[in-house]
Amino acid sequence: MDDLYREVIIEHYKNPSYRGHLDPHDISFADNNPLCGDHIQIDLRVDKDGKVTDARFDGHGCAISQASADLLIESIIGKSVEDVKKLGKQDILDMLGIDLGPVRLKCALLSLKVLKAGVYGLGEASDSLVE
Amino acid sequence: MSLDVVSIRRQFPILDREVRPGIKVVYLDSTATSQKPEPVIEAMNEYYRRFNANIHRGVHTLAEEATAAYELAREKIAKFINAPAAREIIYTRNTTESINLVAYTWARANLKAGDLVILTEMEHHSNLVPWHILAAERGIRLEFIPVTNDGLLDLDVYRSLLSQDPKLVSFTHMSNVLGTITPAAEIIKLAHEAGAITVVDGAQSVPHLKVDVQKLDADFLAFSAHKMCGPTGIGALYGKADLLEAMPPFMGGGDMIKEVKLRSFRPNSIPAKFEAGTPAIAESVGFGAAVDFLTSIGMENVAAHEHEITEYALERLEEIPGVKVFGPSADKKGGVASFTFDGVHPHDVAQILDRDGIAVRAGHHCAQPLHEKFGIPATTRASFYLYSTKDEVDKLVEGIYKVKKVFG
Repeated sequence: MDDLYREVIIEHYKNPSYRGHLDPHDISFADNNPLCGDHIQIDLRVDKDGKVTDARFDGHGCAISQASADLLIESIIGKSVEDVKKLGKQDILDMLGIDLGPVRLKCALLSLKVLKAGVYGLGEASDSLVE
Repeated sequence: MSLDVVSIRRQFPILDREVRPGIKVVYLDSTATSQKPEPVIEAMNEYYRRFNANIHRGVHTLAEEATAAYELAREKIAKFINAPAAREIIYTRNTTESINLVAYTWARANLKAGDLVILTEMEHHSNLVPWHILAAERGIRLEFIPVTNDGLLDLDVYRSLLSQDPKLVSFTHMSNVLGTITPAAEIIKLAHEAGAITVVDGAQSVPHLKVDVQKLDADFLAFSAHKMCGPTGIGALYGKADLLEAMPPFMGGGDMIKEVKLRSFRPNSIPAKFEAGTPAIAESVGFGAAVDFLTSIGMENVAAHEHEITEYALERLEEIPGVKVFGPSADKKGGVASFTFDGVHPHDVAQILDRDGIAVRAGHHCAQPLHEKFGIPATTRASFYLYSTKDEVDKLVEGIYKVKKVFG
């Protein structure tokens, strides 16, 4: 429980490296967590080989949601879109280095949900994307 | 006059619970749902152990006893809010269903395109969305009494809205976020002068204040058992008999009919007309026991105790640098303290408080438009009831200082 606010989470929350927007971008998607109103937008640049060359996120929410967004963005730059599509719940938990209950899991997975809805070109970020 | 909180707390077994070894729960989330005292839990157990049966029409002893208990609880609830007759109490699932019942029956029978319904900016989603649905379906017009910066309703704007021939005014008696106690009697009187019907959302007021529907002259009052020491799954709609009688039925099914033919039916009289299907019988017994419990303590005493705790909580919270409490001063509100804490999201505040067993709520508390009005995505909400203590407020304040430490 005390691990929840590990230094890495507080650090990424307070001083995110990838907060912002990309203009122009190739992919952009945003969604909310309807339970708490957390909001995440993600912009991506993808080259012709399908590699993510740059990415940013913006939004507001709790430390868990914002820190996981920053960690996620950090992890996907340089990766292929196909690899991004393979990311799942466990990858986020590994990045955060913590275990989460069902309510906070939604906060942690919001950014991944938004990212995957974006790369798949879906209209809506559904929970099934991050199971 | 002052409550014997020690002996009251002893009647709530859950308050003794350790949420983790050595850490007792500090329950500051009664606005979401209250805890349940022994007599309520016992009454429901007793029902299942001794006289569980389906109500009405059964002639065997158990069915008669169950029916009597179900109807006795209705009488207790009627008396609790000083309703003239028990048949003016309709059992529902909760406040939300009570409001929806009015929206689906009275409003659909009486409102047409262009008709004005007045709501307020501090409504819970349950008193917004039923009207949004109706607006989309019927083209009714919605206007809102604004909330001032100190969390009160702007009655000057209300008065000017009333000149536009409203058909219905539906409003909260106590905000679940700001705690604001609205001037219900005045709002209703003005609405009636303008020829409008009134719906009072009493989800927060009925559990915490002495609410008298005759004094208020309310046309409808909606409330839930689970926020007033009773079980989940049951609530009530009070309605003036003449209104209820003129309304079409809500859901169709057993019990709500007088007679059914293959191609037609005749509805039952009130209250059965609005209670289709097997209702929450054990819960009605629990609801009645909750009303008995609160009556034995006295709602004036409950309100006075909560006022004392709220006043203390506001004073202590406001002395913490970075904490901003929303809503009016203690004399104008019930036992609710919603606040923001600079630089820390309410979810994180709630999570860190939970380490010490402190149960608060974080989010928009089903009042998103109100949060937007104040320009904040969410708040942390501590709320109080007859079992809350100053010691618990102190623990909350200590907890917030710990949050500060974690976030630096």
